[in-house]
Amino acid sequence: MAKVPSNLKFLDSHEWARVEDDGTVTVGISDHAQELLGDIVFVELPEIGKEISQSSDIAIVESVKAASDVYSPLSGEVTEINEALNDNPEIINSSPYEDGWFFKIKPQDISEMEKLLDAAAYESSSEG
Amino acid sequence: MNKTYLNEFHSAHNGNLVDFSGWEMPINYGSQINEHNEVRANVGVFDVSHMAVFDFLGGNQVEFLRKLLPNDVNKILNAKRALYSPLLNENGRILDDLIVYHTGNNNFRIISNCATKQQNKLWFNENAKQFGVEVNFQENASIIAIQGPNSAKILSSLYSIDLKNFHIYQDDEVMIARTGYTGEIGFEIISNQEKGLKLWNHFISKDVRPIGLAARDTLRLEAGLNLYGSDMSIDNHPYESNLGWTIDNTDTNRAYIGKESIANETNTKKLVGFYTEERGVLRAGSKVYFPGGEGVVTSGTWSPTFKKNIGFCRVDANYPAQGNALLRDKEINLHFCETNFLKHLK
Repeated sequence: MAKVPSNLKFLDSHEWARVEDDGTVTVGISDHAQELLGDIVFVELPEIGKEISQSSDIAIVESVKAASDVYSPLSGEVTEINEALNDNPEIINSSPYEDGWFFKIKPQDISEMEKLLDAAAYESSSEG
Repeated sequence: MNKTYLNEFHSAHNGNLVDFSGWEMPINYGSQINEHNEVRANVGVFDVSHMAVFDFLGGNQVEFLRKLLPNDVNKILNAKRALYSPLLNENGRILDDLIVYHTGNNNFRIISNCATKQQNKLWFNENAKQFGVEVNFQENASIIAIQGPNSAKILSSLYSIDLKNFHIYQDDEVMIARTGYTGEIGFEIISNQEKGLKLWNHFISKDVRPIGLAARDTLRLEAGLNLYGSDMSIDNHPYESNLGWTIDNTDTNRAYIGKESIANETNTKKLVGFYTEERGVLRAGSKVYFPGGEGVVTSGTWSPTFKKNIGFCRVDANYPAQGNALLRDKEINLHFCETNFLKHLK
């Protein structure tokens, strides 16, 4: 398994969140999650402008094997989605932490980040 | 958990091992889609040694098999050939599906599924007795499948044989059948483990990629081949499982097991293919419906070859060309078609 980047925070349901310089938060799924899913063939992304609350389901990722809900690590408003995933969902398999991001949100309360797992805690929880 | 003799190879070559009916088998070696595409475009090799090999010894094997199976081994007596057949109980319901091989001089071998091994062992023994046939279960057989358009070329590096579809070759070490579960030209090679390991290593040395069971499943679905336990079970008869073609009543005097029950079968459901252009995958257990009828998905997947959702469903016989289903609470359109997508969607 690839090393979990230390600048990310995680939900134990395998979503990651990264705070960007402009204050938005980028969301994706972990390398461990893409490995569990296998070859990804579809994603259903949220609409821009959608308001979401922390830990609610916001997207769907589907592999040849199974479909899974994706939960939002933070509350806020969706500001951008990764359109490239619609035609090339396999990017999530090859680059889960960079090119395979799902969406960006404008967080409602950035202190919610503190409720998330840090890289080390996520790594040990996902090894189980 | 049971392991095949190639288990160490699978572990050492990035195989993701899962429990498959009590056997630790590789589901993929990284990407099931890449593996699928490799078999369609080139060639791949599968370890299927978890399947069950039965050899029959002595007695009247022809009459035993003509009673045991609804398909008629009379068809393959003139040569060393293979024949596909379901295995029925007295009620005409499907116990398993299998391939029976005529290995010459009215001697036969059967290869059947892994999960039904114990059931078949008992069933064969029970029915073989009256024909004086001994049932030998080959506990340690190697079964390697090499499949894909270039499989014949790879095999010719070892054997200069030219096999027609469903014909077999045999020598002291191997039985090679031109059979498979992918819809491609391919061969299944049965031997002991020592020989199997040599063959496997030879293929790998020729850059033939190992293929996991997940790709095997999408390959067989595209080819319209049933999976026992998913598309048919002890609850189904052959006519509602797209297997009417395996019921051979040419010899009207032949009394095979289940014959009378299926002759009176009034259930008119059909196992058909479906595909949809919608995003998402309709999976086994999903309901399908259309004006005046309904059905249920028995296998559903994303097709790497056609890049869309395909599958099989068992529907009422009056099914039209199109229907509907609910995918995550959204109504989607389905097209019904024959189960062989390689033919239908090409």
